[in-house]
Amino acid sequence: MFKGYDFMNIDPLFSDEEKMVRRTVRDFVEDRVLPIIEKHNREATFPIHLVKEMAQLGFLGANLQGYGCAGMSNVCYGLIMQELERGDSSLRSFASVQGSLVMYPIHTFGSKEQKQRWLPRLAAGEAIGCFGLTEPDFGSNPAGMLTRAHKSGDGYVLNGSKAWITNGNVADIAVVWGRCDDDKIRGFLVEKETPGFEAREYKNKWSLRASVTSELMFHDCRVSGDALLSGTDGLRSALMCLTQARYSIAWGAVGAAMACYHSALEWALQRKQFSNKPIASHQLVQEKLVWMLTEITKAQLLCYHLGRLKDQGRATSAQVSLGKRNNVYVALEVARMARDLLGANGIVDDYPVFRHMCNLETVKTYEGTHDIHTLVLGQEITGIPAFE
Amino acid sequence: MKIVTCIKQVPEKDTRFELNTEDSWIKEQDLTYEINECDEYALEEALRLKEKHGGEVVLLSVGSDLAERALRRGLALGADRAILIVAPREEISDPLMVARALRAQAQVEQPDLILTGVRSDDHAFAQTGTMLAELLHWPHATIVMKVETDEVGKTLKVQRELEAGLLEEVALALPALLTIQQGINQVRYASLKGIMTAKKKELRRVDWISLGLSGGKKIQIERIGFPKSEKKFEIIGGSPEHAAAVLVEKMKKEMKIL
Repeated sequence: MFKGYDFMNIDPLFSDEEKMVRRTVRDFVEDRVLPIIEKHNREATFPIHLVKEMAQLGFLGANLQGYGCAGMSNVCYGLIMQELERGDSSLRSFASVQGSLVMYPIHTFGSKEQKQRWLPRLAAGEAIGCFGLTEPDFGSNPAGMLTRAHKSGDGYVLNGSKAWITNGNVADIAVVWGRCDDDKIRGFLVEKETPGFEAREYKNKWSLRASVTSELMFHDCRVSGDALLSGTDGLRSALMCLTQARYSIAWGAVGAAMACYHSALEWALQRKQFSNKPIASHQLVQEKLVWMLTEITKAQLLCYHLGRLKDQGRATSAQVSLGKRNNVYVALEVARMARDLLGANGIVDDYPVFRHMCNLETVKTYEGTHDIHTLVLGQEITGIPAFE
Repeated sequence: MKIVTCIKQVPEKDTRFELNTEDSWIKEQDLTYEINECDEYALEEALRLKEKHGGEVVLLSVGSDLAERALRRGLALGADRAILIVAPREEISDPLMVARALRAQAQVEQPDLILTGVRSDDHAFAQTGTMLAELLHWPHATIVMKVETDEVGKTLKVQRELEAGLLEEVALALPALLTIQQGINQVRYASLKGIMTAKKKELRRVDWISLGLSGGKKIQIERIGFPKSEKKFEIIGGSPEHAAAVLVEKMKKEMKIL
């Protein structure tokens, strides 16, 4: 049974409740995810049967209050993401999108009717959501988006397309961002099977294979006036959602890194080379293991502090950027190093390492690429935006 | 059906234990605790019986203040309320003392059924459940692997695990006590809502002194320690025939492996 890593003994800082939540997710991942994930990864299928199970346990929108959500702390939410991503980035991505990019905007910007209609169903896993911001031509620069939401009668007509949308083809509801007639970007709830809305799944991904990724297309897609998330007010509303999701990624990356380190450590202790000694007795191997554990420990401490700040309402988006940027970067490096340590065995799916490594390549560039977060932080410390 | 489930908090398994300076117990600092494994199966069985027959599941534990954690987890899994008899550790290293304390609260609660684990993962006496049943003059069955109730929940049919894969079927009238074997069911996960509501559920503390049991202890732990491992070797001389004969003799008589 996986017990996690806690070199700096930060466990006593977590409340009993937080540890109980972690235990639930860890057990769930051990029993329900790990036995099937390699098959789903190999066959490029999303384990959709786990959605309701995760929902029943309260994993979806866990840090939101009311409407059937668990109403837990942000640290709890982070621990859920950490443990899910120890299973696979696909499941964490699903939960991040559902909770942070669909339920959060409805909860924050939606009308009472929109909340009552969607949040209980999304929390119960009876409905799946996706989030459409990125476009084929506008990734790091969403402000340039081409999708239009033209006012027509008492509704809107959407035209444009969205790219790289997690859950796209399995979603019942899409949170879609478009430019309105007043040039302001606002969010809309578009239900599946709305005429003029089509989702097309990307095939042949080398990464996040157990996750559904789609392109969303809107051709004269008419939605009623109450599809508008009326509280949205420009791109900053969409970015608020991303801050939530990036927070969950910062935690998730720790889980993936732990899984890789765990494999590498076990392998190094058991694999024997040169005079029948475990490779863990060699200095170069020890250096790698130490680097991994050090970076995991730093990432854990970062998450813990970020979570506490967020629970006090004091976490800034720049701090979240630093967390996402650092943790995903080190997780990917840990995965690569683990794959290196495992030698040829590192490339087959008898071990989770290569899968995590490939997944993390995506995680590094989605929700703000590593480099864009660098520029966000660059602006934060110099006051000079480098991307304008 | 009102069910009392007796649970014990024990140090997490697979922990690397260290002894305290007096060799009287393990160092408890920085240990992680959990519900004793068999007891968790007992609780799951209780929750399933409640789902079938309605009623209430009450957790009962004897232990230090720290045992509140195990009880909160039990409440998160779905128990309705909990009672913690807060007792000094040296008093409760005797299963009879624990059974007596449990009896005092069982008499207050008057349940239809008491479930507990076969044994604890720390002391492994495997006596507390049986002693409690005897003190209550209740019928009991141990090492239970299957529980069946009639429609109205008045009698039980249970399967006990015997040696060599044999099972024994026993019928009992309620009230009764069962000690549950691990693996009888699949223990549920504590849902996040369960964890949140557990904070608000009643956890009543009972002071050990108020039970008037002090001084009745019959067992005292003198010392604990790790088994000593010794490596011994011996060269048997003489001809191969002679050496083989001596070796076979040793295997039979000394090592008892033939």
